[in-house]
Amino acid sequence: MTIKRASLPPLLEAASLPPLSQGFGALLRRDLLLASRQRSDLIYPVFFFFMVVSLFPLGIGPDGKLLAKTAPGILWIAALLSTLLATDSLFRQDYDDGTLEILLSSPQSSFVFVTAKVLAHWLVASLPLLLFAPLIAVMLHLDGRGIGILLASLALGTPILSLISAIGASLTVGLRRGSMLVALIALPLYVPVLIFAVGAVETATLGGSVAGHIGYLAAMLVLAVTLAPFAIAAGLAISVKA
Amino acid sequence: MQQRVNQAETKTATLWQWINNTFHRFGSPKYFYDLTGKLLPWCWAGVLLVLIPGLIWGLAFAPPDYYQGNSYRIIFIHVPAAGIAMMGYAVMAFAGIVTLVWRMKMADVIAKVVAPIGASFTFLCLVTGAIWGRPTWGTWWEWDARLTSMLILFFLYVSVMALRAAIEHPDVAARATAVLSIVGIVNLPIIRYSVNWWNTLHQPSSIRLTGSSLAPEMLYPLLACIVGFYFLFAVLVMLSARNEVLLREYRSAWVKKWLKP
Amino acid sequence: MYFDSFADFVAMGTHGPYVWSAYALTLIVVLANLGVILHQGRKVQATIRQKLRRQQLQEQDSYEP
Repeated sequence: MTIKRASLPPLLEAASLPPLSQGFGALLRRDLLLASRQRSDLIYPVFFFFMVVSLFPLGIGPDGKLLAKTAPGILWIAALLSTLLATDSLFRQDYDDGTLEILLSSPQSSFVFVTAKVLAHWLVASLPLLLFAPLIAVMLHLDGRGIGILLASLALGTPILSLISAIGASLTVGLRRGSMLVALIALPLYVPVLIFAVGAVETATLGGSVAGHIGYLAAMLVLAVTLAPFAIAAGLAISVKA
Repeated sequence: MQQRVNQAETKTATLWQWINNTFHRFGSPKYFYDLTGKLLPWCWAGVLLVLIPGLIWGLAFAPPDYYQGNSYRIIFIHVPAAGIAMMGYAVMAFAGIVTLVWRMKMADVIAKVVAPIGASFTFLCLVTGAIWGRPTWGTWWEWDARLTSMLILFFLYVSVMALRAAIEHPDVAARATAVLSIVGIVNLPIIRYSVNWWNTLHQPSSIRLTGSSLAPEMLYPLLACIVGFYFLFAVLVMLSARNEVLLREYRSAWVKKWLKP
Repeated sequence: MYFDSFADFVAMGTHGPYVWSAYALTLIVVLANLGVILHQGRKVQATIRQKLRRQQLQEQDSYEP
């Protein structure tokens, strides 16, 4: 037995919905506009990044060689923490004012709107880091090639971090003390990104080939972009229904 | 001809039905309670007849290792604990899938009770590894690939338990932890691989905890211990799950009847 | 038996403290798990009885006009 297409109510016809790209673009524009009204969200992660990095020389001493050796790890851990800090606000506002419920109940796939929200968040919270990272890397005596690879690894790695922490944020958005939990959930999952990104920068400063590391990071990015939105959408659906 | 095809079809249909029914019977709390009640004595017997002889065999009868002396006898608890730690997480993630797809009540009971037990075995594996490391490597902790990935597994257990503890509504907690444990199980191979790779990058020559080939007189007690630990794990999970089932189903008639005497 | 005497068995060459502390810890972890579960079992029974009693009382109350 086959169901006749014509018997479906017109609302469920895919053709009657606006194209997905339109919804994606609209949501992206909306989130960026909201962020531009709240400049602090743009500036705080960068300052946090800067402050954490500058604490390290104070903690381990100003020795240039030691700093250059530990710079990849320091920069990446600082970037990781500032991504984590920024994620708490990812869904909070939309959850509080009910936007999330409306987005989830729309007939369009939640995969698309989740991706748009994470992309907007990455543009706001992580892209400024990329712009300031070379400056801060110079202060840690990282050499030119190292800085180039650092930027490449940040460009590939921070979207993965945003996607992973968005999973944590989606599961804890309805909770009162969510921010600590997001850290507990996301940090263990950050491990592969940290390892390959720091490995890439370290290898670059030693003069080795980094194609392998960057390749792994790119592969993980593809995997995260494909799979994480499903988990985020599922997490949001669970949190919103509660 | 047509009749025969139909017959085959009905046969597969009944087989499928049978599988389906058996599977869905696990969703019934009463069936689960009765079944575990019947299985428990057997698992206890497994602990007494496999684990304890295995441990005594390993401790007293197996020959010492040529390089490590008697300290290698920690293997008889370290390796089984590691196995339980990983399998526990896999069980939790599988239960999570069942919770999300079939909304089966019992799956969440299992997922909930496995988490602390699995975490405690992960902890056991880490600490016995550290104790073993002292005479073997000369340090309590070495950033060995396997120990490090076990440490991250421990963190994953902690995050799942923390999420469940933070959500008040049991139904929401069930599905949220299910999503998290599935995310964890997808990530575990990547984490393991990356840690392995990181380890070879930084430590070209670390002494491996276990030789690639174990002599049979060491292997057999180890196998006995591994099987025995699985029985122990089953006993703990079933005992804990039975408590949880009773608590969740206290309104139903069979619990009241069970409570009477 | 691999060891010559019981003292030998306890000493484990020079590795006695390591081996025995690892096994003692295993025993502690397993017994702690069992203890918690058994304690929970008793608590669950008490909780259920309490809940059922409360339910009964509520039903009685609601039947009174």
